[in-house]
Amino acid sequence: MSRWLQKSYLFLIFTFLYAPIAVLIVFSFNDSKSTSNWSGFSLRWYAELFQDDKILSALYYTLAIALISSLISTVMGTFAAFGLSQMRGRFKGFVLGVNNLPILNPDIVTGIALMSLFVFTGTRLGFMTMLMAHITFSTPYVILSVLPKFKQLSSEMLDAALDLGATPWYAFRKVILPEIMPGIITGFLMAFTLSIDDFVISFFTTGGGVSNLSIEIYSMARRGIKPEINALSTLMFLTVLLLLFVINRRSEKGAGVVLPKPDTLERM
Amino acid sequence: MLKRLSTAPYLLWSFLLIVVPLVMVLGYSLIRTGPGGPEFSLNGFIKFTDPLYLKVLGLSVWIALQSTVLCLVIGYPLAMIMAGLKPSAQRTAMTMIVLPMWMNFLLRTYAWIPILGRNGLLNGLLATIGIPPLNLLFNEGAVLLGMVYNFLPFMVLPIFTVLIRMDRSVIEAAQDLGANRLHVFWRVTLPLSLPGVVSGVMMVFMPAVSTFVISDLLGGSQVNLVGNLIKDQFLSVYDWNFGASISVVLMALILVSMWILGKTDKNGSGVSFF
Repeated sequence: MSRWLQKSYLFLIFTFLYAPIAVLIVFSFNDSKSTSNWSGFSLRWYAELFQDDKILSALYYTLAIALISSLISTVMGTFAAFGLSQMRGRFKGFVLGVNNLPILNPDIVTGIALMSLFVFTGTRLGFMTMLMAHITFSTPYVILSVLPKFKQLSSEMLDAALDLGATPWYAFRKVILPEIMPGIITGFLMAFTLSIDDFVISFFTTGGGVSNLSIEIYSMARRGIKPEINALSTLMFLTVLLLLFVINRRSEKGAGVVLPKPDTLERM
Repeated sequence: MLKRLSTAPYLLWSFLLIVVPLVMVLGYSLIRTGPGGPEFSLNGFIKFTDPLYLKVLGLSVWIALQSTVLCLVIGYPLAMIMAGLKPSAQRTAMTMIVLPMWMNFLLRTYAWIPILGRNGLLNGLLATIGIPPLNLLFNEGAVLLGMVYNFLPFMVLPIFTVLIRMDRSVIEAAQDLGANRLHVFWRVTLPLSLPGVVSGVMMVFMPAVSTFVISDLLGGSQVNLVGNLIKDQFLSVYDWNFGASISVVLMALILVSMWILGKTDKNGSGVSFF
């Protein structure tokens, strides 16, 4: 293949990937509802977006659930990974197999399975059930990112600390924790982004007027074109760009956080 | 003692919220509420053999297969071109492939509605050269486009990863031994990259066969897939017995396809999904 052909192919693919996003961004500043005719620059859709109580409450729930669920799953997953790293044999394999289920199962199956449980036990669908669902699907990713760090850890280090008179808790904080920190941070960020991005599982496990941004976008989009969504997309895309920029700067300075999109790791 | 204690909360959690719910889905698929209380029944599965529903399953598998093949055909050359770039350009290309995936999945799908719509951008462009508006939205083609758009990176990344880790000397050896470029690709590069292809195929096929979002947004009410069927049973028809049966069939379908793909990837080197 000639260089020229390769370059045009890359150009074509990137146009395909970015054109829709560019269209959303450009027409979010359009004065009319149209997405084919430009009728002048305006910020009216942004103004309407910020007056939409439903979107604002969805934003609040999205962030609250992402923060709480990723904190809980990071703590629970890290402790579980520690225990698992000390185990061996069939039981460990079984636990890891169960751990893989939410990763391998289609989201819709995880969603209806959790919904069945909540409805069967009479738990009212809402904030708590959505939170529990998010903890359930993100903890496996935390375990998968922390477990390898425990494997790299030499057991002599802990023994040495204990021999020198450290209490187990002190040894954990001063010897083990610094070593596994990169895994914990990656796990936390994965849990956080998975939670922010989730639609399908949240859709089945929430109720009572509690919704996140994805659910709100879904119900708006089903009613047709809404220019407010364009404005929301633009803001979310810029936020992501900014976050990635900051994270990359941090990791260049040697913090060592590599941050692939969790979806890409799924089932790998 | 310490290790038991630290795993205990998650063991309990995963039992109650991973194992129990899945057992319940299996239970709902086999038990229905009869006149005299709950009873064992295969009705959900029998109902699914109705041609009406088998057609839905067939269409889901067919569209998912088409999108998988399209992603492979578009994605493999892309991964090869990317693997041939300088390391700095490789990083840029990687970032550009991954970046759209950081945007909300629903927004990425929604983005095509204003482009493909009757009064959308594409029809607007066509009008300027005198072509009457086409029906581009709310059909199978639109759903297929949405799938390829959303899942292409899932195919490119694993193949790219395998290609850059590949031992260059093997390819050089083949060239030294007189194989032409097509021969090298067919006999060396492709077989060695198979693990990446296998995991790419899995990562595209699985979300494609179980989605209801893409078909809802880009297919309108015209394209009904297995995901839509399950969703309707649980949220609007309230036939949980039937909904659970379809879910069990879907899980079985995915398990079988994983098993078949696992056999293809005999050496199991590189990327695996188990």
